[in-house]
Formats: sequence, structure tokens, C-alpha cells
Amino acid sequence: MKNQLLLKNAGTMLVRILFAVVAAFPIVFMLVSSLKPDQQIFGDMSSLAAFLPVGNISFDNYTAVFDRVPAARFLLNSVGVSAVTVILGIFVNSLCAFALSRMQVRGKKIVFTAILATLIVPFQTLALPLVWWVNQLPYFELNGFSLEFSKGWLDTYQVQIIPFIANAFSIYLFHQYFESIPKELDEAARIDGAGWFKIYRQVVMPLSGPATATVAILTFLPAWNSYLWPLMVVQSEELRPVMIGIQYFFQLNVSWGEVMAYASLITVPVVVLFIAFQRSFVNSIASSGVKG
Amino acid sequence: MATASLPTRPSPATPETALPPSNAKGKAPKTHSRPGFRREQLSGWGMIAPAALLLLAFIFIPAVLGFGLAFTNARLISPRPVEFVGVENFARLFSDPTFYRALLNVAYFTVVIVPVQSGLALVMALLINKKFRGVNFFRTVYFLPVVTSMVVVSLLWLFMYRKDGLINEILAAVSFGLIDGPDWLGDPNTAMPAIIILSIWQAAGFHMIIWLAGLQGISGELYEASQLDGTSRWQQFRYVTWPGLFHTRSLVLVTITIQALGLFDQISVMTQGGPMDSTTTIIYEAVQSGYRQQETSYASAISLVFFVLVLIVSAVQRYLTREKD
Repeated sequence: MKNQLLLKNAGTMLVRILFAVVAAFPIVFMLVSSLKPDQQIFGDMSSLAAFLPVGNISFDNYTAVFDRVPAARFLLNSVGVSAVTVILGIFVNSLCAFALSRMQVRGKKIVFTAILATLIVPFQTLALPLVWWVNQLPYFELNGFSLEFSKGWLDTYQVQIIPFIANAFSIYLFHQYFESIPKELDEAARIDGAGWFKIYRQVVMPLSGPATATVAILTFLPAWNSYLWPLMVVQSEELRPVMIGIQYFFQLNVSWGEVMAYASLITVPVVVLFIAFQRSFVNSIASSGVKG
Repeated sequence: MATASLPTRPSPATPETALPPSNAKGKAPKTHSRPGFRREQLSGWGMIAPAALLLLAFIFIPAVLGFGLAFTNARLISPRPVEFVGVENFARLFSDPTFYRALLNVAYFTVVIVPVQSGLALVMALLINKKFRGVNFFRTVYFLPVVTSMVVVSLLWLFMYRKDGLINEILAAVSFGLIDGPDWLGDPNTAMPAIIILSIWQAAGFHMIIWLAGLQGISGELYEASQLDGTSRWQQFRYVTWPGLFHTRSLVLVTITIQALGLFDQISVMTQGGPMDSTTTIIYEAVQSGYRQQETSYASAISLVFFVLVLIVSAVQRYLTREKD
């Protein structure tokens, strides 16, 4: 009986490992290949060496990447755009969810329904009208002391940020989480004379770490990974994000070592960030009421 | 003001307090005179406004615009004024054989992806549901492909799918040289299956997390009770786990389907719709005409058809998975 159980557990473990191998092997292959010259990548392909950093290992591909594309600039752009989107997104969406969850605002039910309704519109259907629309929007620029006015957001930073700040799913996640925080806390703070914003900032938000982490990751990933949108709205090289940089590697002779190096370069920061937040992310998704 | 709103007052202002209806009617007018009522309205709306206005500007307006533009001749940059052209764009669309090919490809992709990916994701979630040594390691590894961008994943698999690439080498190795793999992306018969495999590889981890959330929501007492009854593992899954995942099931189904119908990134990086239109999709066609040829109106028409398609499919799914009491 005990042996049977042991065997069963070993079997389950084996399946777990099998899945882990399938999930990890392309990523390991990418990281390892980024350290090898092209000739060796192809040479190692037929043996386990494809997954091992052996042979002629160097960072040559990485230096070549920086020669071929303005990789530092792309990385900087993506870090900036993603960070601003995440920070503003957390603020704007949690603020909205706070009012919807904890305040007696007239008409909030309709507003909440309308917000949730935006979830059924896939971004791909909006993308093309949105390009036309942002091209009609006005924009102001402070140039010295004069306010300059121009039309069209194409080819700017804000076109990569502002449309993605407000997000119905983030509002929903915050709302669900706020509902689980006892409302007596607000009452107590109100009696102490706290205003609504103070309650938001000093009572509710400090208790909402897991929800904030989830929203941060769920906002960061699409911001960092965005491809379709910048492809359409950003033409200048100095404004481009990392994903667009990939196109540069297929213009002249393709060096797969360099491609793998660039792919690793733009993937590793995300993986590191994810591992840092992993625990609170998985736990809060599990508890944040995606149970429907 | 007060008289006009009285008959319709019962619930809207105080949905959370869950008072019996008769009581709610009596209480409602009181909230008006409650100290701080006006301030609560003002700060409340002030807090809702930023998000609401942004959603209005970047989702509602473009959605309505897209609907309108589909019936015009608008171009992204054009000296001519925008003119109403009726259903001309739709007529052109429905007489385009590439569009039908795109519909067919997306249907093929979706019909395979939905059951396979949700099934594999459920298996993964079951494998890491209970606590064991190293559970966090497995959760992280299973989720790794999800944090890797679809563009990077496409690039990586583009390399692995070459005739002399890693996938064919692995196939040859595990079959002792019997299988001579095809040129995956170069052959119209294997291009779409190849895209399906990498799409599942990338996205299954995300739906695993949703399943996991559902699994964690099933009360442990149910499992203990079933253990007392001496059920087998399969019976436990069939009679405790599966019914307990009712809501999660529809969530997974809907998210996978919508994601599948919008297939674009992989196509754009790997095949550009080819070979011989065997991998072109609705969104890929829309982006081709809207962005490369700058025909905003035609692209809006395609987007509108896509949106209607998503609505229909979601509605059918909702109907099929409804609670049958």
C-alpha cells in the first residue's frame, strides 16, 4: 500500500518534470545560443550541447547587438514607457475602484457596468480606428515659456502610454480586493476626521499590496511586450520600444547568435522582475476572485 | 428633484447596504441630508473621473469611430475629405477570397487551441495545486513562457522550426533518425499546426493560473468528505473538482477563445500570412490594409466584422455553458 503510494507520487513528479522540461527548453536554448557563434549553434543542435554553455562561449553576440541596433535606447524607451504606464495605471485604476467600492456615489452602478463592458472589446478591433483617432488629437508642448499647440499624437511617447493607463480589468481586480477589506476601517478613519483621499491613501492602499502587485505585473507585461501598437504609431527610431528592434535583425545578413542575444536581452529583465514578484502574483490571482 | 427621483429610488444609491426593499425606500431620501453627502459625491466622481474619461477617450470613442469609419472612405493621411460610402467596404470585403481564407484559418486555429490549451492548462494546474517541496519552482517554470513576449517566442520558434532546426533534430533524436521533419513554416500543410504548437506553449501557463485560482477556491472539506467515502482519484476529479470549477471553466473558455480569434503577433513575425495564405488571419488582414496600405476605412470594416464575430462566439459559448438547473 505504502509502496503503491510512493510509486504514484514518483509518477506524478515525473510528469511535473516533463512539463517543466517542455516549458523551459526553448528558453534555455535561447539563452545558451546567445553565447555562441552561429557556426557552433548549428553544430551543437544535434546533441545535448544545444542546451549547455560549452565550447566557444563569449559575449561577442551582445556587443554585436549594440553595434547593430540602438539597443540601449530601445531598452530605455521601454523601461520608461512601461514604468509610467504601470505607475499611472495603479493610481488611476485603484482610485476609481476605491470610489466604486467604498463610496456612496450616485450612478456608480451604471459607471461600473459601463467600465466592465469595455472588457468585451478586443484591443485589435480598436487599434486601427484608434490610430486614426490619436492622429486627430491635439497636443500641447511647453517650449521654453511658450505653449506650443499641434495636432496628432503619432510618433510620440504619450501615444504609447496614455491610451493604456485606464484598464477595466485592473479596476475590477482592485474592486474585488477592496471589497474584502472591512468597511469598519473607513468608518473609524472618518470619525478621526480623515477625508476620502486620506482613507484611500493611508487605510485601503497599504492593505492592498497583493492586488497592486498583480495589477503592476498585468500592466507591465503588455506594456513591455507591445508590438502591434508601436509598429503602427511610432516611426522615429529614438522613440521605439524593444520589440520593434527585432525587425533590424532581418534586414541584412541574419546572425542567429545576435538574434538570440537580443531576444535574451529583452526577456531577462521581465523574467527577473517576475521571479521577484512571483509569490504575491500567483497568490493574489488565486485569491482575487477570478472565480467569477 | 426629490419628488422626481423618489419612485425610482429603491436601490441604485445604496446597493451595498442590502436593506429590505421597504426599508431602502424610506432611507434613501435621508442620504441626501446626511452630512458629507455632497462632499462624498464630489470626491467620488473626482476619483472615478480620470479612469472613466480615459476609457471614454480610448475605448468608447474609437469603438464608435470604428463603427462609423467602416462606412466611409477615410484614409490615415489623405487630402480628400471623409465621405460616406455606405456598405462599399463590406461589399469589397465579402468578395475577397483572402478574407474567407483568413476566416477559415482562424476557425481552424480556434477549434484546436480551445480544447487542447485549456485541457493542458488544467493538467498543469492539477500538477501544482497541492503543496509539495519545490511547488514554487514548478509554478515559476510553468509560467515562464507567459512572461516571454509572443514576439520573442515567435522569433525563437521561427529559428527552431527551420528544416535543420532544433525541433527536427529533437524529432530525429527521439525516433532514432526515423522521422525526417518537414520544413514546418515553409509548407502550407504544416505552417498552421506549427503556429498552434508554439501558441499553446506560450499561453497555457496563463490559463493554468486561472484554473489554479478555481482549484484553490474549492473547499478542502469536500475532498476530505470524498476521501472518507473512499473515492478514487478519478472519481474525486469527476464529482468534486470538475463541478467546483464551473465558473472558472467559462472564464477560461472565453479568454482562450477571444485570444485565439485575435491571432496576429505570431503571424506577423513568422509567416506574414503565408505560405499561400495558409496562415493569414482576420486581424493580420486588417493591419495589412489599415497600416501598410493606410486604408483606415477598409480596416475598420474588417475590425467591425471581427468584433461581431467575437460577440457571436461569446454569446454562443455563454449559451452552451449556462447553468442548467
